[in-house]
Amino acid sequence: MQTLLSGNLWEDYMSRCTKLVDVGRRQFLRGGSVAAAGLATAAVLPAAQAKAAPANAQVDYPSNRLANVADLTVNEPMDIEYPDADSPGALIKLGQAVEGGAGPDGDIVAFSTLCPHKGWLLAYNSADSTYNCPGHFSRFDVEAGGQQVWGHATQNLPQFTLRVDDKGDIFAEGASDLIFGRPSNVL
Amino acid sequence: MAYKRQIDRLPIPPKDATIHNVTCHYCIVGCGYKAYTWDRNKQGTLTDNAFGIDLSEQQGADGTWMAPSMYNVVKQNGKDVHLAVVPDHDCVVNSGLGSIRGARMAENRPSTVTGTQQQRLTDPMMWRYGVLQPTSWDDALDLVAQVTARVVTEGSEDDLVVSMFDHGGSAGGYENTWGTGKLYFESMKIKNCRIHNRPAYNSEVHSTRDMGVGELNYQYKDYELTDTIMIVGANPLETQTNLFLNHMVPGMRNGARVIFVEPRRTVSVNASEEVAGKDNVLHLQINTGTDMALFNAILTEIVAKGWVDKDFIANSTFQDGIAQAEDAGHPAALGSIEEAMKACTMSLDEAAGICGVDAADIAKAAAWIAEPKDGARRKCVTAYEKGIIWGNDNYRTIGALVNIALATGNVGREGGGVCRLGGHQEGYYRPSDAHVGRPATYVDQLLINGGGKIHHIWACDHYKTTLNASQFKRVHKKRSDMVKEAMDAAAGGTREDLINAIVDAVNKGGLFVVDVDIIDSQIGQNAHVVLAACESNEMNLTSMNGERRLRLSEKYMDPFGNSKPDCLIAAGIAQHMERVLNAMGKADYAAQFQGYDWMTEEDAFMDGYNKGNPEVTYERLRAMGNNGVLEPVVGFENGMLVGTERLYSNGEFGTGDKKARFCAAGWRGWQAEGKAEEQAKYKYWINNGRANIFWQSQFLDQDNDFIQDRFPFPFIEMNPADMADIGVGPGDLVEIHNANGATQAMVYPTATARRGETLMVFGSPAGSQGNVINPGVNELVLPDYKHTWADIRKISDAPATAKAISFKSKEYKSA
Ligand code: SF4
Ligand code: FES
Repeated sequence: MQTLLSGNLWEDYMSRCTKLVDVGRRQFLRGGSVAAAGLATAAVLPAAQAKAAPANAQVDYPSNRLANVADLTVNEPMDIEYPDADSPGALIKLGQAVEGGAGPDGDIVAFSTLCPHKGWLLAYNSADSTYNCPGHFSRFDVEAGGQQVWGHATQNLPQFTLRVDDKGDIFAEGASDLIFGRPSNVL
Repeated sequence: MAYKRQIDRLPIPPKDATIHNVTCHYCIVGCGYKAYTWDRNKQGTLTDNAFGIDLSEQQGADGTWMAPSMYNVVKQNGKDVHLAVVPDHDCVVNSGLGSIRGARMAENRPSTVTGTQQQRLTDPMMWRYGVLQPTSWDDALDLVAQVTARVVTEGSEDDLVVSMFDHGGSAGGYENTWGTGKLYFESMKIKNCRIHNRPAYNSEVHSTRDMGVGELNYQYKDYELTDTIMIVGANPLETQTNLFLNHMVPGMRNGARVIFVEPRRTVSVNASEEVAGKDNVLHLQINTGTDMALFNAILTEIVAKGWVDKDFIANSTFQDGIAQAEDAGHPAALGSIEEAMKACTMSLDEAAGICGVDAADIAKAAAWIAEPKDGARRKCVTAYEKGIIWGNDNYRTIGALVNIALATGNVGREGGGVCRLGGHQEGYYRPSDAHVGRPATYVDQLLINGGGKIHHIWACDHYKTTLNASQFKRVHKKRSDMVKEAMDAAAGGTREDLINAIVDAVNKGGLFVVDVDIIDSQIGQNAHVVLAACESNEMNLTSMNGERRLRLSEKYMDPFGNSKPDCLIAAGIAQHMERVLNAMGKADYAAQFQGYDWMTEEDAFMDGYNKGNPEVTYERLRAMGNNGVLEPVVGFENGMLVGTERLYSNGEFGTGDKKARFCAAGWRGWQAEGKAEEQAKYKYWINNGRANIFWQSQFLDQDNDFIQDRFPFPFIEMNPADMADIGVGPGDLVEIHNANGATQAMVYPTATARRGETLMVFGSPAGSQGNVINPGVNELVLPDYKHTWADIRKISDAPATAKAISFKSKEYKSA
């Protein structure tokens, strides 16, 4: 009887990860690879398995350093990738505190920039602090928690959970909503 | 703070999930979806799944993705199963696009597991002991039949007033319009009836039909093949979303120009400018209600320039003067183009004065529509909707628009068509309604004036969707309360005592109300019996979309609780009527209620639609999948139903002599009573419209957290300077009031709104715009919902929920 992280299964999993790391697509997975096991490994359990395999009920997110507070300019989004390199996002210092804002001024937020309608890459309009989608004209308000102002998505923009440490380093450690184009935020 | 779903992964449909064809049941477009259902204890894997794609890879733009809103756990054959409802890439209507409404079909299903849509009715209910109590079908249907049979036999069938939906999709469709139609138009001949969104039983587009031009004559592909798209009184990006995105946008990319006739700058105008470029979009921002003057001037210009299609006019339109004189049933004469021009001729300058737009722009519109292009006829597709259907002088205005299409030969041809955009899908199959008459009874006024004794209501909520609603509600409640009091007084007595008490109360001016709905509606608060219905996909349902595309949307889950398809509820009423009438010794009348031995919705379909269209069966429709067939179906060949690409492509129209008629649409200012006075008296025009987010799904979305978070209150769009005038800020609640009544809304600052012109959400459960609309209708009892003027005052500062939301412009702004 094998446990979830032993035997062939684990080797399969590791080889897959290694391959991805090799092609440079998993640079954020360090420290997050075990956490990422939840869905992926459960999904390949052999049908003959007699004993239920344990799996966390919740996806564990990597804690990734995105930037330092000092790197940010007000109302100029910085491109980020979270939870992995295939998931583009933005880190923005808004210049005024918002609900859920991080950092000393409570004004730093981060979002996925894949439109949750059909996955087009959103463009930032600094004039009114919105993300706009060239796909089908949806728009999202980063000053209101990524709320869809108008559009076709059936959710608001996935917002990344931020932690800022004593040195001003900003870490992403979670997401509020499912990111477009994946069945699990951590693949 | 915006609503967060807090979902970071979803179950994966396994390869052997059961797949069902689904046509989105919300709006007219009827987008194709696939519903996957699978056992609760099974799942697919990243690499082996129902989508047949490698889900361990990030999907690219436009790829397949199951959003959390596309997932739920529902009952299927009594078992809880996983459900995923995902847009279908192979459906030609939407090519894989979902919308903010359709892509939430799954989460807007009732689920006892995830707790969604617990507002859905599970059981019939009856007024007992001062409240509505759940009961059995037999108990509820027996009371309906007992009271109905007594009243219509002691009086007449005219004492039974019926409000019934006439649409497809949702809980309508050919099955359910047939069930209700057979009951009220065949077993009975009910003439005091109305449709879900207007106060009479009538067409919304009498004139185009009288002219021989059915209102859904093109196919969506025509937008991709045309030179000019003319959109009148409509906002298709919000209300026909994937028609706009998947057909109009490609048309613009193919070079089509776009003309909008619309007092309001909508997101459709903005998006068209983005796609086609500002130079290729002409927005004729007319004074409200003046569309007919504009159309007449465009037609006059086209005729003067000789841009008419002479051959088409000679071969396909009426030639000899007047074909139909103006009379009580025809608010304008119909006939030859020469005859029509006597009434329609209007100069560019005169129209410019009436409409408030430049004469040069009217001339430009005429050129964009009709000026030959490279020596050939220019193609133009024309689409219209509520802006003129529920606008000023419905009959003549629509007639004037169709005149332009006929004069330029733009009907029945590639890249042409003059069509309604529509609301729900269509799905009308009923016995003749000729006995209703024309003009039909103004049913709301009949009820307000004390007429009718019983009111059967089928999925209509007049509290939200009627005009003069303040008065209607007051009277309806008062009359139904008389019956409630009588029922309360008879509590504890026999059934006979109860029926006697009800009949006595209705004879004294009371109203016995039977409400058939899927949720607890607002008018349902006045009901004495509530019958619980189910929706599309909780039953099999056939409908056609705005290009007449007929599909079977398949059942993939059980009706919630003990609810039933409307057609089977109608059958139940008929069966109980037959039994009760026989017991009353009225065997002849009872016999009229035979022929309802339907076990399933398919039986109702075969009894109705199939009898008129013998080629069409469930099995054949299932095989045609999400692309279905364009009605009318003309044959069955090689295992496929054969449809009709466009109506009138042979140049023969829907009149006795097959010749189309022009409409003598003489401009006469405000047609409906009281509009001119109201406009002069009040400061603000209270326009109404629909919002992308919950159009055609608002009844469910009042119980949807994502939607309620965005708009905790229905909005009123106002120019910021108007807001300053009355001292309100974003999110503040205001009262809109005039002599007809009052209602409320949340202020949404809208810089593009013209001064003095506001827009409210039509049909909102939390602020009925109908409260302030006067009772004015046209000669054929079409309501002019769009024309209301009122004053506005502040009620309160923005409540906490309103403070938290975004009040930014709804217009896409490229960075
Ligand atoms: S556009 Fe209409 S039919 Fe299509 S998904 Fe949206 S609501 Fe449904
Ligand atoms: S992908 Fe963004 S609006 Fe469609």
